[in-house]
Amino acid sequence: MIEVRELRREFKVATSKGLRRNYKTVTAVDGVTFDVQAGEAVGYVGPNGAGKSTTIKMLTGILVPSSGHIRVHGVDPSRQRRDLAKRIGVVFGQRSQLWWDLPLKDSFDLLRSIYRVSAQDYRTRLDECVELLGLQELLVTPVRQLSLGQRMRGEITAALLHAPELLVLDEPTIGLDLESKERLREFLADLNARRGTTLLLTTHDLDDIERLCPRLMVIDRGRVLADGPLDDLRAEVTPERELVIDLREPGPAPDVPGVTAVRSEANGLRHHLTFRRAETTAAQLITQVVRQVEVHDLAVVEPEIDDVIRKLYQRQLDQPVTR
Amino acid sequence: MAETIYPRLIGARLKSQMSYRVSFAMDFLTQVLAQGYELIVILILFTRIDALGGFSQNEVLLMYAFAGAAFGVADLFAGQLDHLPTYIRTGSFDVLLMRPLRLLPQIMCSDIRLRRIGRITGALAVMGYALAHVDVAWSPAKVLLTVLTPIAGAVIYSAVWVVACSICFWIVEGREFANAVTYGSNAFTSYPINVYSRPLRWVMAFIVPGAFVAYYPSLALLEKQDPIGLPGWVGWTSPLVAALAAGVAALVWRFAVRHYRGTGS
Repeated sequence: MIEVRELRREFKVATSKGLRRNYKTVTAVDGVTFDVQAGEAVGYVGPNGAGKSTTIKMLTGILVPSSGHIRVHGVDPSRQRRDLAKRIGVVFGQRSQLWWDLPLKDSFDLLRSIYRVSAQDYRTRLDECVELLGLQELLVTPVRQLSLGQRMRGEITAALLHAPELLVLDEPTIGLDLESKERLREFLADLNARRGTTLLLTTHDLDDIERLCPRLMVIDRGRVLADGPLDDLRAEVTPERELVIDLREPGPAPDVPGVTAVRSEANGLRHHLTFRRAETTAAQLITQVVRQVEVHDLAVVEPEIDDVIRKLYQRQLDQPVTR
Repeated sequence: MAETIYPRLIGARLKSQMSYRVSFAMDFLTQVLAQGYELIVILILFTRIDALGGFSQNEVLLMYAFAGAAFGVADLFAGQLDHLPTYIRTGSFDVLLMRPLRLLPQIMCSDIRLRRIGRITGALAVMGYALAHVDVAWSPAKVLLTVLTPIAGAVIYSAVWVVACSICFWIVEGREFANAVTYGSNAFTSYPINVYSRPLRWVMAFIVPGAFVAYYPSLALLEKQDPIGLPGWVGWTSPLVAALAAGVAALVWRFAVRHYRGTGS
């Protein structure tokens, strides 16, 4: 679906010194390579200025790469911008493709003409989105009167009217309240699972990734730091997990092989056992623990996704982690 | 269906403007008055003089009306390009690039201001008056010339607009410059060009082909000699000049968009 090889993009930035104007070259995307297969859902994350938006703009044909190779749907985006536009959907969280003064429905009607969707397909797709995203009462409302969450649901509907096989979302949940975020994630997860629509999304909200994207790409300073399933990245970057046990009676922590650190609290009622996932499994550990003490409750704690990414940044790998 | 999308885009704009009915009426009136203001300047001028550059009041009014109508139509479509800096700054320009349509028609149809028809209405009224009062030996060819002149003029103005606004891709505040060229050339073309100084005349007549908007077609219509000495058939070439200007504008625009997307310079 997407094929990117050694993608680079430089910008000339003016630096004024007195009356002289000098230009310095900034590399926003610096040799990015990846593939996305049809039906995948990929999260593209990184700090501000990491090169996420620039990559997205090159994938959608808005910007032309300085060098490198891109194919989306087998099409070179910058050369065949209009061909590609018919086949992909794009949602920018911070800019609208709806008509500000018009009722939502009128914007959809216009997009139907722009993308040349047949009346019947339009009807079916619109009805489905309206139903799933709860837009029924909003169709007659001018876009300027919609809340941000309502508008985003409109934007996503707008991007799906021509039934694209690939949906690119740039910060789709930015600024939304928790309920709107959850509703959007649910819809997108369903779209990916049921219709097989390929998703590529950039986000700052790691819950989006956790909920939607089995695969994560981390980019910083124009380079891919890591690319792989979220679970693998966790294992790779934070090799330690934690088993939390609550005892029936206060007591000392059980002495189990494979545990590298123990932290106790609540006068010995709760113990945190740290172990390395390479050396022992949670199941083995639990078997050992219940032989020694009477357990009231237990839980295996995974490192937070924020921690995973923070550690990735700290490591600043020269080589991307291979899948 | 590709042909139907632009009328629909325009229709949508009109609909949204009609939703503010009072402000629409006010704007419309303002535009008629703005056009009328220049008319009054000409009328007052002719209370003091009998001829301007060898042209009578009604002959000058004809040029003024041709220029006004052409400018009004160009303003209706190409006037949207004044928003280009905003589009670029806010990222709306990227949204236009995401659509399976060409950029320039999208921009021209995306924000049609119906109130600008006020200007065209005013110009057409003056044109009707002037045509009824000037001395023209009418022939089918001259009728065609009269109809084609505002259209060719609109294309010429639009081309000037596109070229001038293309600078906004390099300089964000390029709009000031662009407006000086577009609105300035309207002021220029409303009068016989022989009243201007020679350097200005050459620049505005032939580099910016403003003299072909109203001046030369009017000469052909009135069968008058060109005071600066060009042959009479020049007045019939406006449609050709318009096509040429449109071609140049398309090239400049393409170059400018390439610069924005990153292959230029």
